[in-house]
Amino acid sequence: MNAPVSLNIPGQKPASGMGRLIYALRHLSIGRWTVISLPSLWLAVFFFVPFLVVFKISLAEPTISIPPYSSLLEWDPEESFATLKLNLGNYLYLFEDAFYLEAYLSSIRIAAVSTFFTLLVAFPMAYLIARSKSTTRILLLSLVILPFWTSFLLRVYAWMGFLKKNGLINEFLMTFGLIDQPLTMLQTDFAVYIGIVYTYLPFMVLPLYTALEKMDITLLEAAEDLGGRPLQNFFLITLPQAVPGIIAGCLLVFIPAVGEYVIPALLGGSDTLMIGKVLWDEFFLNRDWPMASAVATVMLIVLVLPIMLIRNTNSGKEAF
Amino acid sequence: MQQRQSLFLNTSATLGFIFLYAPIIALIVYSFNKSKLVTVWGGWSLQWYSALFNNEQIMTAAWLSLKVAFISATVAVVLGTLAGFVLSRMGRFPGKLILSGWITAPLVMPEVITGLSLLLLFVAMEGTFGWPSGRGIGTIIIAHSTFCLAYVAVIVQSRLSAMDESLEEAAMDLGAKPFSLFFLVTLPLISPAIISGWLLSFTLSLDDLVIASFVSGPGNSTLPMVIFSKVRLGVTPEVNALATIMIGIVALGVVGAIWQMRRQNRMMNSID
Repeated sequence: MNAPVSLNIPGQKPASGMGRLIYALRHLSIGRWTVISLPSLWLAVFFFVPFLVVFKISLAEPTISIPPYSSLLEWDPEESFATLKLNLGNYLYLFEDAFYLEAYLSSIRIAAVSTFFTLLVAFPMAYLIARSKSTTRILLLSLVILPFWTSFLLRVYAWMGFLKKNGLINEFLMTFGLIDQPLTMLQTDFAVYIGIVYTYLPFMVLPLYTALEKMDITLLEAAEDLGGRPLQNFFLITLPQAVPGIIAGCLLVFIPAVGEYVIPALLGGSDTLMIGKVLWDEFFLNRDWPMASAVATVMLIVLVLPIMLIRNTNSGKEAF
Repeated sequence: MQQRQSLFLNTSATLGFIFLYAPIIALIVYSFNKSKLVTVWGGWSLQWYSALFNNEQIMTAAWLSLKVAFISATVAVVLGTLAGFVLSRMGRFPGKLILSGWITAPLVMPEVITGLSLLLLFVAMEGTFGWPSGRGIGTIIIAHSTFCLAYVAVIVQSRLSAMDESLEEAAMDLGAKPFSLFFLVTLPLISPAIISGWLLSFTLSLDDLVIASFVSGPGNSTLPMVIFSKVRLGVTPEVNALATIMIGIVALGVVGAIWQMRRQNRMMNSID
């Protein structure tokens, strides 16, 4: 995209008289407010208000009724008096039971380790694409993008056939006599790592490619002429220039991986702890809506808010 | 030295591509397997494809998913384009910061939270206003439109901010009213962003399992929900056949897009 950067900063008053008139008109019209309020109202109702509802229900008690939670306001018809009943028990339980803390930490660990391995797999791919001729480049880039457009669920499923006990990897290793007994790979943390690396690989390759493509190749040539060894050149020249791409790619992988449900559910074992799965089970298996809401509220504060704050810093803005 | 380095680079990059494609290729090959056992090769056959098309549960779910994806993508494109336009062309207005926060937040929101919070909203709304009565296709469409809207808005916004405003200014100077300005000048200019936003929304909606599981009602299972309940029990050849069809469609789309891009490049070059 080589379009020239617009000099008209949004919100800045244009200098010409005509422009000023249009500016004023733009600010007055009813049409303008309709246009602004339509998406705003939609997001307010279907994106913002739901969080308030989640917070409210996290303070309720689970009941056996439809819907399965108590109301916070109790109306006493004889006294014409309403009492507010807040139940902090869900939050206390979250902090008392080590299970939830472990689930939070384990999600962060699994997401971080997978992000690191995704980076390791993606880097050579991105480097190769950035250094290849323009015709091969288009082909290789589309090879990376193609899986991204195919079903996420089916890509995770593809690994089930690969990793299971009588799956392709075990068959392959046994035929070549590398192992005697089939390895247990499905329903382990290892399978979850593979699943995350696999499904989020395009998210890492693309920003890395963008950064590496912009890299000044003459720097590398100069370093070689001056006798820099390949490894030295890589760490001192290539890697620093790829940093914006690394940050962007890592955030794009880590953020969805942390709240992942499908991958631990299909590839992970019963002992694979991830907070997205905990929330899901709390809701669908235990049918404890208030507890699920409390987990969601804490997740929002502990995981999502820091991510949004990072995004608002300078490097974060560059990254997205 | 140089040669060793590029050998290492080429090998690891090739391994990366093999890693990316081996499972997909295995999936495709085994969808043509005659044997009922997924890991035993029993010769070529199309039986899983006929089994797939005769599976009423999968076909009903696929139809539902296509409908949901089509409507959600369209709603998301309308609202998302408005939001992107408002943020990059409407100047300052109260609440702009909040709106831009709301636009980007769904992109980092874990799906489980989005799903749970929308479900609880629908339940609370039903209790208070009596709408939406029950959950089903309508609630799935609202949920999908909401999270796809954010993607469209971001794409449109970045396209608009990379674009020169002079064409729009020229139209304004020539007396175009805001309405015709938008539909005759801005909209055609951002149509590539709108098309990719629609396609992305369509794919995201078609692919979503988590949010749909929360907000759908009984008897309204989308395709990912049906697939998920099937594959949880293990590998099923019918799903392999389904995956092959979906990959085929996407591959055709990608090839078409490359072809289109090349043609455009050639046209640009000939103009230059």
